[in-house]
Amino acid sequence: MSLMQEMGQRALDLGVPMSVHFDVTYRCNERCVHCYLDHDDHGEMTTAEIKRVLEELADAGTFFLTFSGGEVLMRRDFFELLEYARRLMFNVRIKTNAVMIGAAEARRMMELGVDQLQVSIYSHRPEVHDAITKLPGSLRRSVEAIRFLTGQGLRVVIANVLMKANVGDSAGVQALARDLGVAYTLDPTITPKMDGDRSILNLRIPGAELSEVFHNESLVGNVEEFCAPPPVPAEDAMEEYPCSAGHTLAYISPYGDVFPCVQFPLPSGNVRRQKFIDIWRHSSELNEVRSIQARDLPVCSGCSHVGTCTRCPGLAYMEGNMRGPSTADCEKSFHRTGIPSANMLRQGLSSPSAPAGPLIQIQSAVAWI
Amino acid sequence: MTEKRNAKYIAKSRAIASRMLGGEMMIMSAVDSTFFTLNPVASVIWQAADGRTQLSEIVEQQVCSEFEIDMETAQRDVERFVEELSAHGILLVSDCPFPESSISPTEAA
Repeated sequence: MSLMQEMGQRALDLGVPMSVHFDVTYRCNERCVHCYLDHDDHGEMTTAEIKRVLEELADAGTFFLTFSGGEVLMRRDFFELLEYARRLMFNVRIKTNAVMIGAAEARRMMELGVDQLQVSIYSHRPEVHDAITKLPGSLRRSVEAIRFLTGQGLRVVIANVLMKANVGDSAGVQALARDLGVAYTLDPTITPKMDGDRSILNLRIPGAELSEVFHNESLVGNVEEFCAPPPVPAEDAMEEYPCSAGHTLAYISPYGDVFPCVQFPLPSGNVRRQKFIDIWRHSSELNEVRSIQARDLPVCSGCSHVGTCTRCPGLAYMEGNMRGPSTADCEKSFHRTGIPSANMLRQGLSSPSAPAGPLIQIQSAVAWI
Repeated sequence: MTEKRNAKYIAKSRAIASRMLGGEMMIMSAVDSTFFTLNPVASVIWQAADGRTQLSEIVEQQVCSEFEIDMETAQRDVERFVEELSAHGILLVSDCPFPESSISPTEAA
């Protein structure tokens, strides 16, 4: 167990929210076709409110703080918030499209000790990238920004969200990442819109192409190991928790709403009305999430993939039951190993149904929390 | 205060993140993402590294008194600890107090 894993285990044992994903705005200068957000401002927290929440997070023991959005730089006070967060000694990571980052912004981020930036790049081809973002010139500007950032010595990760429109461009984006000297992560997570509209799920890549991705050595490393059939679950597999959501991770929206994770829209409280630590400790929703072990999953507990599945409880929740299967993860397990999940067998499926598409998160080089 | 001969001051680098977890300090370098944890004694020294207090004072007042360690042993252990952290660039060492601009934002606050 690495030192980081040890501390993660300690945070779990102590009930400390070690990581917080904080969306400071949903406004954005891009209009990505797959985005799940409503970009209007419905009453974002003020500078003072966010500073107070940051203080509460520091008091609660949060160490890893991810600022995201929307586009974080749409907030005029973003650098004031960033400076305040660093003053409170958070390890700060930023998710951004980087379009608004020039030399001065990159230098300031370096001076403030930002740990990493994750920049969304959809294709190495401007006509594909800009068609996804709906912002002409966005690829050129994002790549320029990455050069400013790396020129300051900052660590950058390119996040390559994969969907039908760019499924063939992952190798090109990987090559671009190599050229820029930054890490690359493939992230084809397409989720329903916040208003429940599931139409964007049609953008997900089809299963056959996902299978190709899982068998691509340059993306997954050792294919034989990655695609191996699931081993017999360990004795304690039934006592495992699904993921860190609600255990050591929380998500806060620009309006102060607290959720177990950015991908788990279970309203658990609001920091405008309650202290964060009170929500974290006493929210009945978070406590319910924490109570769920693998043994409590009616379908998944009997699945051969239970010990290795990346089942996302948030996606299961969005399908209607946080204790149920996450179809997208069933499909991942199937396309990775060729072995149907218990959920698929239950439904009489030997292969997953379209259009419910796969979700994968493969990462190389740099860990991103 | 009159500075003693061979005085040594320690300050946290600006390029780090840190947080206490279960009595131990977690530190991550923003330069290379190296992750450190400090035991309770080292955590006390770390928290006292304000760039203005002499290291010998920290040892005497924070370490010896709180952990019942004799001065000589404590001084030797602390010197080794300081050397190690400064080699990683997360702790700064000087023979005079640090100017405010060079120390971590928290200490400067």
